[in-house]
Amino acid sequence: MAERVFMKGCEAIAEAATRAGCRFFAGYPITPQNEIPEYFARRMPEVGGTFVQGESEVASVNMLYGAALTGIRAMSSSSSCGISLYSEGVSYMAAARVPAVYVNVQRGGPGIGAIQPAQQDYNQATKASGNGGFKMIVLAPATVQECVDMVYEAFDLAARDENPVLVLTDGVMGTMMEPVVLPPMKSDEEVAALREAFAHRAVIGHKPLDQHTGEPGGIGDGWEKHNIETAEMYKTWDKDVRVEEFMMDDAEIVLAAYGISARISKVIVKQLRKEGIKAGMIRPITVSPFPYDTFANLDPSKVKGILDVEMSIPAQMRFDIDHAVCGRIPVMECLRSGGQLLTNDQVLAGARELIKEVL
Amino acid sequence: MSEMKKVYERTKGIKPGAVSGFCPGCMHSTVHKLIGEAAENVGALDKLVRVEGVGCCGLGQLYVSGDWLIAAHGRAGAVATGVKRSSPDSLVYTYQGDGDLAAIGLAETLSAANRGENITVIFVNNGIYGMTGGQMAPTTLLGMKATTAPKGRVAEEHGYPMHVCEIINQLTAPKMIVRTTVDTPQNVMKTRKYIEKAFKMQLEGKGYALIEIVTTCPTNWGLGTLESIDFMREHMLKEFPVGEFRMPE
Repeated sequence: MAERVFMKGCEAIAEAATRAGCRFFAGYPITPQNEIPEYFARRMPEVGGTFVQGESEVASVNMLYGAALTGIRAMSSSSSCGISLYSEGVSYMAAARVPAVYVNVQRGGPGIGAIQPAQQDYNQATKASGNGGFKMIVLAPATVQECVDMVYEAFDLAARDENPVLVLTDGVMGTMMEPVVLPPMKSDEEVAALREAFAHRAVIGHKPLDQHTGEPGGIGDGWEKHNIETAEMYKTWDKDVRVEEFMMDDAEIVLAAYGISARISKVIVKQLRKEGIKAGMIRPITVSPFPYDTFANLDPSKVKGILDVEMSIPAQMRFDIDHAVCGRIPVMECLRSGGQLLTNDQVLAGARELIKEVL
Repeated sequence: MSEMKKVYERTKGIKPGAVSGFCPGCMHSTVHKLIGEAAENVGALDKLVRVEGVGCCGLGQLYVSGDWLIAAHGRAGAVATGVKRSSPDSLVYTYQGDGDLAAIGLAETLSAANRGENITVIFVNNGIYGMTGGQMAPTTLLGMKATTAPKGRVAEEHGYPMHVCEIINQLTAPKMIVRTTVDTPQNVMKTRKYIEKAFKMQLEGKGYALIEIVTTCPTNWGLGTLESIDFMREHMLKEFPVGEFRMPE
């Protein structure tokens, strides 16, 4: 029987990671994700894992890099301005093809911004998480249950591709409590087997002539070869695209949103339907790879307008929507930022404005 | 014909056939050889993980055998922490220059030392940024010219040379802190002994060791190979005297 418990988002994330076999966590305090390192500090010793409070985000992500290259399942977490400091280490992990997981519990920005929730790191998460033009799978949960499921799965995706995976959530999900069904705890044997699966690359010491290194590039054309290989890998991610299409069969008005904004948008779609308005919602679940096809395949003779709902000013995801829609369908925006939350009323007002324009 | 007795053999800690590409007179090649020999002497070549710093240190990968990874500039202390905590049986050492360890990486350096991580830190101090072409380092001597201090280091503007061993010696956790050099056969052998001692200590789980090795940089000092050794003895070793700050029992 699956275990159903009432948990705060951050703690659920940490427990899900532990159950997925995570045995190393390094992190630095920053609101609103402090419950993640605090949970790991208690939990790791219980399962023979390691918790290190890094002296900075910079140090923490580099500890993650070193740990994950030994083959252990390893994770870190931070929030927005802290995640900016992760850029260096994440780029090194992408360079060294390191299977690692990290979580961004987004807060307001730019700069120190606000400790309240926001979705202002979309471009950073999906387009440029560090130097060098690498890509990552970025999962965007909309419930605490999805936080749990996605963190659990993120380790498998990271191991499959030998590439870092980012779970992009926000301060609402991180601090809110919801009932969740926890995934099964991987046994010590399973955890050992997962580590063994990376033995062919683990940097842990080998016979002098059986050298393992953390860097596939190097002198000459090594780095270009690496980039060509990873570009080929990114192409295989078409199969990994995930998107929720809610009441889209006959929709004339489409709300487009991810994460917490999608949750609010769903309520508004239901309300509009009660009023007889054919509203629907598209929710990218993977924001990288982005569900471009879902938007590109919208029929302009049926769908009259799209409302991009984001907690970011200026809008960020909107440009991925534009890229897919190519001006065939009008797109309007409903935005908040800087730690100010979208409200039902505001999204409803945004939808009504769109309806007035296009219907 | 009498049988020849083998008195010296190249360490397996250096890749077969590897030829040093360091500048003439550079002491990095000597230090790399010593690390290889020390790891071989303590019987742990197959456990060796090199966490490589950035700069000329980053060239070591071309010569050393054993596993290695590159840390971002200055982050070796953090990366080594991740490796060692996840793989306690590995013999983990960082290899860092003065810019890497004492400027951009000072936080990681101090914090790894303060936690008493069970790692070995090899700190090669030549008082200048080598790879990038001779910029001022935290350990550049007063009056010493650098491309970013063209009139020489001035205390009022740049502060004073930083003494890393002395700073680390303020911390309680480190078990071994020494400063040495490799200018004479005696000092070369002494340095190897220090590295061996640090490696043994790590394998026994006894904790953090810092070995600072004062070296030359003939290219960026603008001196000949022999002149640079004279300069190091007369000036560098005066500012950074060799010695055992803390030794394990």
